[in-house]
Amino acid sequence: MIEINNIAKSFQDKEVLKGISGTFDKGKCNLIIGSSGTGKSVLLKNIVGLIKPDQGSVLYDGRDFTHAGKEMQTEIRREIGMLFQGSALFDSKNVEQNVMFPLDVLTKMSKEEKIERVNFCLKRVGLENVNSKMPSEISGGMKKRVGIARAIVNKPNYLFCDEPNSGLDPQTSMVIDELINEITKEYDITTVVVTHDMNSVIEIGEKVMFLYKGNKLWEGTNEDITDSGVSELDDFVFANRMMKKFR
Amino acid sequence: MKSLGKFLLFTGQLFVRRESFSTYVSLVIDECIKVGYNSLFIVTIVSVFMGAVTTIQTAYNLVSPFIPDYVISLVVRDMTVLELAPTIIAIVYAGKVGSNIAGELGTMRITEQIDALEVMGINSTSYLVLPKIIASMLMYPMLVVLSGFLCIYGGYLTSLATGIISGHDYIYGIRYEFIEFNIAFALIKAFAFAFLVASISAYKGYFTTGGALEVGKSSTAAVTNSCIAILLADYLLAQLLLG
Ligand SMILES: Nc1ncnc2c1ncn2[C@@H]1O[C@H](COP(=O)(O)OP(=O)(O)OP(=O)(O)O)[C@@H](O)[C@H]1O
Ligand SMILES: [Mg+2]
Repeated sequence: MIEINNIAKSFQDKEVLKGISGTFDKGKCNLIIGSSGTGKSVLLKNIVGLIKPDQGSVLYDGRDFTHAGKEMQTEIRREIGMLFQGSALFDSKNVEQNVMFPLDVLTKMSKEEKIERVNFCLKRVGLENVNSKMPSEISGGMKKRVGIARAIVNKPNYLFCDEPNSGLDPQTSMVIDELINEITKEYDITTVVVTHDMNSVIEIGEKVMFLYKGNKLWEGTNEDITDSGVSELDDFVFANRMMKKFR
Repeated sequence: MKSLGKFLLFTGQLFVRRESFSTYVSLVIDECIKVGYNSLFIVTIVSVFMGAVTTIQTAYNLVSPFIPDYVISLVVRDMTVLELAPTIIAIVYAGKVGSNIAGELGTMRITEQIDALEVMGINSTSYLVLPKIIASMLMYPMLVVLSGFLCIYGGYLTSLATGIISGHDYIYGIRYEFIEFNIAFALIKAFAFAFLVASISAYKGYFTTGGALEVGKSSTAAVTNSCIAILLADYLLAQLLLG
C-alpha cells in the first residue's frame, strides 16, 4: 500500500498540486484521472521521487520515502517498476537488452537466469521473437509492452504507469489495460495508473482518484463514478455524446 | 556564475552512489569506441592537411637566404606539438564528440530515459556521464599523439611532393633542438581539453528541457561552450606552464 499525505508542488509561482492525500491499495489497479494539465504526471513523479514535493510525504508500506536517506530511497526504488508515457526504452539497446537492463544493474543473476526471466516477461506481455529488434523498429503498442516487461522484470512491489494507452487504438488500449490488471492481480502488487481514458476507468478502475486543477475532488470505484455528485467529474465522465446519452 | 555552480555540483554528482566496477568497464569500452575510434577518420584528414598547409605556408614566409631550410620543419614541429595537435584537434573533437554527447543525453532526457534510470535507483549522472568523461580522457590524448605524428608526416609528404625542402633537411629540422617538455605540455593540454569537452557537453545535454528543438540547441551550446572553454584553458595553461 502506498500512502500520500498532503502533497503540494509549485513550479515558480504556478501551484500545480495543492495538497493531495490518499492511499493506493495493494493488489488493485489504482487510477489517477483528470483532464490534461491537472497535474497527474507531476503527482506521479512526486510519488516515485523524480520530483521532490514542496510539502507532504509519500509512504511505501509505512516507509517514509520523501524524507528517507539516499540509501533507503534507492532500496525502495529498486522495488518500483515504471512504465513511462512515451515508453522510455533505451534506444541504443535492443528489446532483450532493454528488458534485461534492470537485472543487469540491480541483481547478481547469472546470464542464463536473466535470459530466462526476460523471455518469461516478454512472453507474459505477449511478445515473442522480437528480442533482437531495436526500439525504433517496433510499433508504439509493442513499445508499451516492452516497457511493461521491463517494469515487471525485477519483480516489483509497486508498478506505476503513466498513460499506458495514450496513442493506442481502443482495442490495443484494452489489451494493455487488461495486461496491467492481470499482472497486478497475479503478483499482488500495488499498481498506480495515470490515465484520462474513460474506457480504462470502466475496465480496470477498482479505485479511482479524480484530480481537478491540482486538487483531489473525488475518490471511489468505477461502479459509483457516474453518480458522484461532483459536477467537474460528471463533465469529465460524460464528455462525449454517447456517454451523455447513456446518462 | 549560477550555471558554473550548477556545473560544479553536476561534476560532484559523478562520484557518488556508483554502480559496480564491472558495469563501468564495459560502459567505458563502448564509449571509447564512440569517442576515440569513430573520430579517427576526421582526425586523420585534418591532421595530414594541417601539416601539409603549415609546411607550405612556413616555407612561403621564410624566403631568406640566411635562414636554413630545416627551420621550416622545426617551425612545423613546434607549432604541431604546442598548438595544432592538442588545440585545433580539440576544436574538431568538440564539434564531433561534444555535439554527439549533448545530443545523446538531451534525447535521453526528453524521452524520459534518464527518468527511467533514476526510477530504477541508478545514479543517472554517474552511470551515463562518468564513462563518457573517462573514455574521453583516455582516448583524446591518444588522438593528439596520432594527430601530431600525422601532421608532421603530412608536412614531410608535402616537402617531398613539392620539393620546397629536402626530406633530409625536414627530418634534421624535426630533430633539431627538440624540447621534451613540449610533449608533456601537449598531453597535459589534451587531458584538460578532453575533460572539458566531455563534461561541458554532458552537462548541456543532461539538463535539456523541452523537445527536439531544444536538443538541437543543447548540441550547439555544447560545441560553442566547449570551444570557449578550450581556448580559455589553452591560454591559462600556456601562462601557467610556459610563461
Ligand atoms: N518541470 C516543470 N516545470 C514547470 N511547470 C511544469 C513542469 N512539469 C509540469 N508543469 C506544469 O504542471 C502542469 C501539470 O502538468 P502534468 O504534466 O502533470 O499534466 P497531466 O495532468 O499529466 O496532463 P496530461 O494528461 O496532458 O499528461 C502543467 O500546467 C505543466 O505546465
Ligand atoms: Mg501526463
